[in-house]
Amino acid sequence: MKAFATLIKKLDSTNKTNEKVAALTAYFNQANEDDKLWTIAILSHRRPKRPVNTTLLRHWATEISNVPLWLFEESYHIVGDLAETIALILPTKNSLSETSCETSVDKSLTEYIEEIIKLKTLEEKQKKEYLQSTWLNLNYFERFVFNKIITGGFRIGVSQKLMTRALSRATEIDEDILAYKLMGNWTPETTTYQKLILETNEEDYLSKPYPFYLAYAVENNFQEDLGNINEWSFEHKWDGIRSQVIIRNDEVFVWSRGEELVTDKYPEFQKFLTNIPNGTVLDGEILPFGNNQIGNFNDLQTRIGRKNISKALLEKTPVILNAYDLLEWEGEDIRQKPFSERRKILDTLIGNINSEEIGLYLSETMRFNNWDDAANERELSREKRSEGLMLKRKDSPYLVGRKKGDWWKWKTDPFTIDAVLTYAMRGHGRRANLYTDYTFGLWNEGKLVTFAKAYSGLTDAEFRQVDAWIKRNTLERFGPVRSVTPHHVFEIAFEGIAESSRHKSGIATRFPRILRWRKDKPMEEANTLDDLKALIPK
Amino acid sequence: MQETPLLIFNDNGIYCSQAEVYIDAWKPVDKCIITHGHADHSRWGHKNYITHTKNVPIIKHRLGEINVTGKDWGETFTINSVTFSLHPAGHIVASSQVRVEYKGEVWVFTGDFKTENDGIAEPFELVKCNTFITECTFGLPAFKWTPQAEVFTDINNWWATNKTENKTSIIFGYSLGKAQRILKHLDTSIGKIYTHGAIENMTNVLRENYNFHETTRITRDTTKKELLGNIVIAPPSAHGGTWIRKMVPYVTANASGWMTFRGARRRRAIDKGFVLSDHADWDGLLKTVKETGAEKVIATHGYTEIFSKYLREEMGLDARTEKTQYEEESGESAKKEGEVAE
Ligand SMILES: [Zn+2]
Repeated sequence: MKAFATLIKKLDSTNKTNEKVAALTAYFNQANEDDKLWTIAILSHRRPKRPVNTTLLRHWATEISNVPLWLFEESYHIVGDLAETIALILPTKNSLSETSCETSVDKSLTEYIEEIIKLKTLEEKQKKEYLQSTWLNLNYFERFVFNKIITGGFRIGVSQKLMTRALSRATEIDEDILAYKLMGNWTPETTTYQKLILETNEEDYLSKPYPFYLAYAVENNFQEDLGNINEWSFEHKWDGIRSQVIIRNDEVFVWSRGEELVTDKYPEFQKFLTNIPNGTVLDGEILPFGNNQIGNFNDLQTRIGRKNISKALLEKTPVILNAYDLLEWEGEDIRQKPFSERRKILDTLIGNINSEEIGLYLSETMRFNNWDDAANERELSREKRSEGLMLKRKDSPYLVGRKKGDWWKWKTDPFTIDAVLTYAMRGHGRRANLYTDYTFGLWNEGKLVTFAKAYSGLTDAEFRQVDAWIKRNTLERFGPVRSVTPHHVFEIAFEGIAESSRHKSGIATRFPRILRWRKDKPMEEANTLDDLKALIPK
Repeated sequence: MQETPLLIFNDNGIYCSQAEVYIDAWKPVDKCIITHGHADHSRWGHKNYITHTKNVPIIKHRLGEINVTGKDWGETFTINSVTFSLHPAGHIVASSQVRVEYKGEVWVFTGDFKTENDGIAEPFELVKCNTFITECTFGLPAFKWTPQAEVFTDINNWWATNKTENKTSIIFGYSLGKAQRILKHLDTSIGKIYTHGAIENMTNVLRENYNFHETTRITRDTTKKELLGNIVIAPPSAHGGTWIRKMVPYVTANASGWMTFRGARRRRAIDKGFVLSDHADWDGLLKTVKETGAEKVIATHGYTEIFSKYLREEMGLDARTEKTQYEEESGESAKKEGEVAE
């Protein structure tokens, strides 16, 4: 555990990529295989199931800390992270200092995790005894790491890609091959380091997806940089769930971009078996598709969130796959073939099936003779329920991860609206002492109606200014939230908009963020709820 | 008829109407007792200043020619039957608590304070009182300080490691108090100590009454090469500026109570966070409140609402908060000025 905690501390205390990779590589070179496997698992968000709920964690931590529960909650609001709050408030014989890192016992990472897994089966009393005694035996940072293993959410700025690079250096196995091995539905309980990383095992590959290739947003004056427009294929950029659908050995597997196996959530794709041959892997977008037209992303939320997919839900919110690439064909990895060739096979394949019947459509490609024509098509995006255009180089292979050069997204400009700041909440973590999470309202019959929350888009200096203003203009306090005198206007940008019964304003917006502080605008000139409604695509 | 409390909080500051004297007023007043030299406590524009003798050169350095009277620790002075005296607060050099007594009733205002002896500031003295007016900058159970000997071992180890990598170590601390506390405990067998101009100036003022290691002011003529392997003490405001850029390759560290938070440690591009504060931690605050024997407690700045609620509900004290203009929730805002307390 000491070695793992030291690793996390190192990763945590630098924002330099090469230092992170070096720390990870050094760790992979010295840790035992079980610890390595668990480290890979944790850094790829495969932690053991939570053995106790957070309410119990809070109770048990406060019990041995001489801190009343309400004070714990207040502290948690300010610290912003449960694992960290517990680690901080527990009585400590081992300080925050690095020189006093002595723990009385040092079990390995794997031993701790095995104990955490076993915990699930124990009685509540035993769970409590175990957690309390373990907490008291660990020093502050180890305690934090231990809590994080239980609660999840290790955010230490280590992407899967970065971890894979370090693992590749330590094992001398190619990075892309490792990325492929690490995908899928494994956990350290179902495999070993030897099997997952070192061996080649045909059967394991049955459900395995390929790493997704991700596009960058176009840069300024990209038209010049991209060269001859004839070398580019255009498509609309669909707003759904990026997915790979795999058909192998008479089975269908559906993977979402978060590398989650979501086959059970989309039973309609089982129909693909009737028309798509084994050894096929499709890359595309899952889209809501009622009444033969693309629906709004909001509709999809009901499908994403639900564990059990009822018949009623399937009828209410049917989905389709809008395919745009072919990664495997006739059992062969064809990612190195040019995009145009892959598309040719895909076009033929889907051209020969009844899309409506099996729910598999083709994301159509377009070609333009000049950038003005392309720009005109982009203007139609909202009408066509897309987010803009995708540009793909015709002779490009299918790459791994986010790489510049061959795929670009050219999104439509965001919607914008001017709204009034009405509530503020203290930020979390690095902004724990500043009011940085804001709620905005729009005018409706002389009152401000809440329409969105946003907490990014201002500079640190601006946040400090607004924060100081909020502290002087607070109307009421509710825990960490303050209502403020309506006064300041901000321009809010967002990507999508739809009617929603779950929102007070009757409208849901996607990815709202602050575009700029309209110091020039008096609050009376902020927009109205009707202005917002007018933006909903008809 | 309700009697006027001995000390009240008005628009100008903390006021004793019986003596017509303010303490740490934030607006210009006639007569003001000053607890310590930080900008939020010793403001410009009062007609008469009263403070500890050793704080006189400090506030003169900051405020220029002012009309100031110095007092010694425990020396009593009476104004209109109210007896005042200053007692060490342990916050920074020459920082005082103010004891106010009238007709047998005793009030104490802490200004800012810490309970740990830091080796330069005169150690905190417990003063019994009926009403205790206290700061609570770190009034949350999440704040627990490590003994400074351990923190300085970490700091010196960090410096030594950077030296082996032939990098310059830059450590940030505000120029009155934290900078000298760091300076006092650096291990000069590792290398030379350089200072930012603001810190050098303040340190020179303090050398009149206190002993510190030798320091070298960074000037335009200081070369990148002579800094390598050595340590630079700079105010937080220097971070991110052009001043620091010419010292590449360097490693930065922050020494502050706010470094307790992982988020704060990760903030901006500071490489290392040391938890080192000139304020009392949670246990220090509670212990002090208890030991003063006060029945009434007033929290002035910091996590005031939470802290006073704890005193009421868990300790059964008559505790409340008063709005002041001492750095409230000052984690961020103070950083922009280097001069202000953390
Ligand atoms: Zn201070």
